[in-house]
Amino acid sequence: MKFWRKPLDLDKITVPHGEVHIFKDRCKGCAFCVEYCPKDVLDMSEEFNIKGYHPPYVKNPDDCLECHLCEMLCPEFAIFVTLKEEEKSAKVPINKGEK
Amino acid sequence: MEEPTKAIKEIHPDPSATSGVHPMENLLRMERMPHIWCPTCGIGLAVTAFTAALTKANIDTNKMSIVSGIGCTGRVAGYVKLDSFHTTHGRPIAFGTGIRVANPGIKVVVFSGDGDLIAIGGNHFIHAARRNIDMLVICVNNFIYAMTGGQVAPTTPLAAYATTSPYGCVEPPFNIPYIADSAGAVYVARWTTLHVRRLTNSITEALQKTGFSVVEVISPCGMYYSRINRLGDGLDMMRFYHDNVEIRNGEDTKNLDIGFQTKIICGKFVDRERPSYMERYNQWLSEVKGARGEG
Amino acid sequence: MKADPKGVLTGSHNLSGNQACAEGALAAGCRFLGLYPIMPALEVSERFLERAPRVGATFIQMEDEISALAAVLGASWTGKRSMTVTSGPGLSLMMEHLGLGVMLETPCVIIDIQSVGPGLGLPTRAAQGDIMQSRWGSHGDYEIVVFAPSSPQEMFDYVIKAFNLSERYRIPVAVMSDAYLARLQENVVIPPAEEIDIEPRRYFKGETDKYLPFKRDKDFVPPMVKIGDGYRFHVTGLTHDDRGYPIMNEECQEYNVHPLVKKIRDYTDEIIEVQETGIDDAEVVIISYGTTARAALKAMEQARSAGIKVGSLKLATVWPFPEKRIFELAKKVKAFIVPEMNFGQLVFEVERCSIGKANVLFISHGEKGVENIDDILSAIRQTQQMNEVKKCIIELKKGV
Repeated sequence: MKFWRKPLDLDKITVPHGEVHIFKDRCKGCAFCVEYCPKDVLDMSEEFNIKGYHPPYVKNPDDCLECHLCEMLCPEFAIFVTLKEEEKSAKVPINKGEK
Repeated sequence: MEEPTKAIKEIHPDPSATSGVHPMENLLRMERMPHIWCPTCGIGLAVTAFTAALTKANIDTNKMSIVSGIGCTGRVAGYVKLDSFHTTHGRPIAFGTGIRVANPGIKVVVFSGDGDLIAIGGNHFIHAARRNIDMLVICVNNFIYAMTGGQVAPTTPLAAYATTSPYGCVEPPFNIPYIADSAGAVYVARWTTLHVRRLTNSITEALQKTGFSVVEVISPCGMYYSRINRLGDGLDMMRFYHDNVEIRNGEDTKNLDIGFQTKIICGKFVDRERPSYMERYNQWLSEVKGARGEG
Repeated sequence: MKADPKGVLTGSHNLSGNQACAEGALAAGCRFLGLYPIMPALEVSERFLERAPRVGATFIQMEDEISALAAVLGASWTGKRSMTVTSGPGLSLMMEHLGLGVMLETPCVIIDIQSVGPGLGLPTRAAQGDIMQSRWGSHGDYEIVVFAPSSPQEMFDYVIKAFNLSERYRIPVAVMSDAYLARLQENVVIPPAEEIDIEPRRYFKGETDKYLPFKRDKDFVPPMVKIGDGYRFHVTGLTHDDRGYPIMNEECQEYNVHPLVKKIRDYTDEIIEVQETGIDDAEVVIISYGTTARAALKAMEQARSAGIKVGSLKLATVWPFPEKRIFELAKKVKAFIVPEMNFGQLVFEVERCSIGKANVLFISHGEKGVENIDDILSAIRQTQQMNEVKKCIIELKKGV
């Protein structure tokens, strides 16, 4: 991760990683989640769901920061985010591997 | 091209199989999903914000009742898992007033649309605000009567088209926060469906208030308002909100008129204290009982 | 269940019809009044409001009659017995929520102090012009129960019965008074609380996730729950299934609305109440309800002393209509006389039930006031000259 200014408490901050869950068959293809994901984790898929819409799929699973914006912006209650399992036990420092 | 049904079967061997439980499912009637709202409609977002706020506000949801009127937003009561009532057109505030006055232990939420609350229910709206009935009103404003197919509403901006204003709307629209403020509401805020986090915070705050609180939610109507006015779909409306919303907390509610595709001012405008109806009523009651020596 | 003694003003009192109505409501356990001021119904609210703090009842004056009944329906779902008071023009506005009350199966009582219509009419004078509206006013199919008392004592008794029936069948029940009865002062005997029977609301007792708001018992009446008890129920004014969820098809319409009608029609024998005087040997029967029954009884006495065999059938419940009884009588008697303070409403029901077997004479009773019994007497004399059954209602010509 690149910083404009190096934060003083950089060692203490950890970036959470989320896991996106999509109920594909609830989706009506509005694309709100794809449009407003700040990390471009999601994209519209080519496949059809049971209602004939294109649901989103997780394009960049590692980029998800567990911000829950897609969950809040879904009018169909079809998407939600959880904290990744391994991170619940040990949070990874933000500057992992960049020093 | 491959047959769609076959493709679906390949991708989803069991359509009912889902990965986990959505965190809002305990507050929603999932057996009724999918809901009736069109793709790119914003009412679902207002419900999402409301359910998120219920979790956040940490209040006893058993002691809550949600009342809706008629219209697209009128269906909200049927999807939220509280003691919910789907009542007549324009009268949810009156119905909720009865609930609140008869049992002051119940927190009443009225969730309805602009046509329902401001047109046919306008009188109940201003009188409930005047009395300061302890009630949260969430008014989803999509600028149009959508359930009946896109007729002109009291919130339709001047010059906007609707099926009953084929030459452009000639009536100036209502400014909902201004009505609520001048009639005496204690909490007035306006957000668009794009501002889900701020909307959630506002609803959470309003749920804690004692008195008549109004949260207006500007929502896209991709199927009627945007289509008739050639504004794209709901996603284009969300992009429009992104570019044209100005957040001005504490702005004088006089300045909140919405024109056709003009700047929309959002924010929390009013947050004040006023004795609610039940507070005044109980005070009067204890005075009467004291005067009569009945303790 | 017996009445709550807090609301019962036991003793003998000189009360007007309206005051007796408020006392009856409080005795019946009514603890919520949603009102909108209208003459001549206001004394009911005033009496209720004056007594409310002592009894522990709440009230609210709403912005119109529409919201008054809406608030009453909301209050009823919190478990309180609720009512509203109005007059003709107000009843017209309430029709919207009368229909909602029927569809949500919400117990409540509507007191209608009838004044003269249509439109603004004569707001301070009495009439019986709302009788058909009380039955058919809201759109769609439904059945409701309507009482028509004729004295302050009956007002007190029937308001209690109205509350009991509304809880028993989960319906809105109307009590139709009029501007005469509203102001008529008579002695009213209010019994002790332990002598007043109260029908308790039927509550669902099972687990919270097992409750279905419209799952009917054998008598088509579903048990209720209160808001705030954790059942998280949904009810809608749309055609719905047992869960209270809207279902948009004809089968569900049949499934939902037919029981609304059946729960009253199958129990009409339990509901209908008539008072019969001198019917056994009668050749002519006066069918009356409400205030006109007072004149009818007096006319009957005078005719009997003149040697004419006249009986009186006084309808305590106007709706459901006592069809069977009138059909039985039509086979025996020569004629029915129906005095009403309108230009003919319930007389058509009498004609329908007499099926051409007896003459039906209608008296538009109102021009000279209900205390004037000359019209009824001349109608009785006219029936004496009738030999054949006419196929239509005979409207009494003035001065015959």
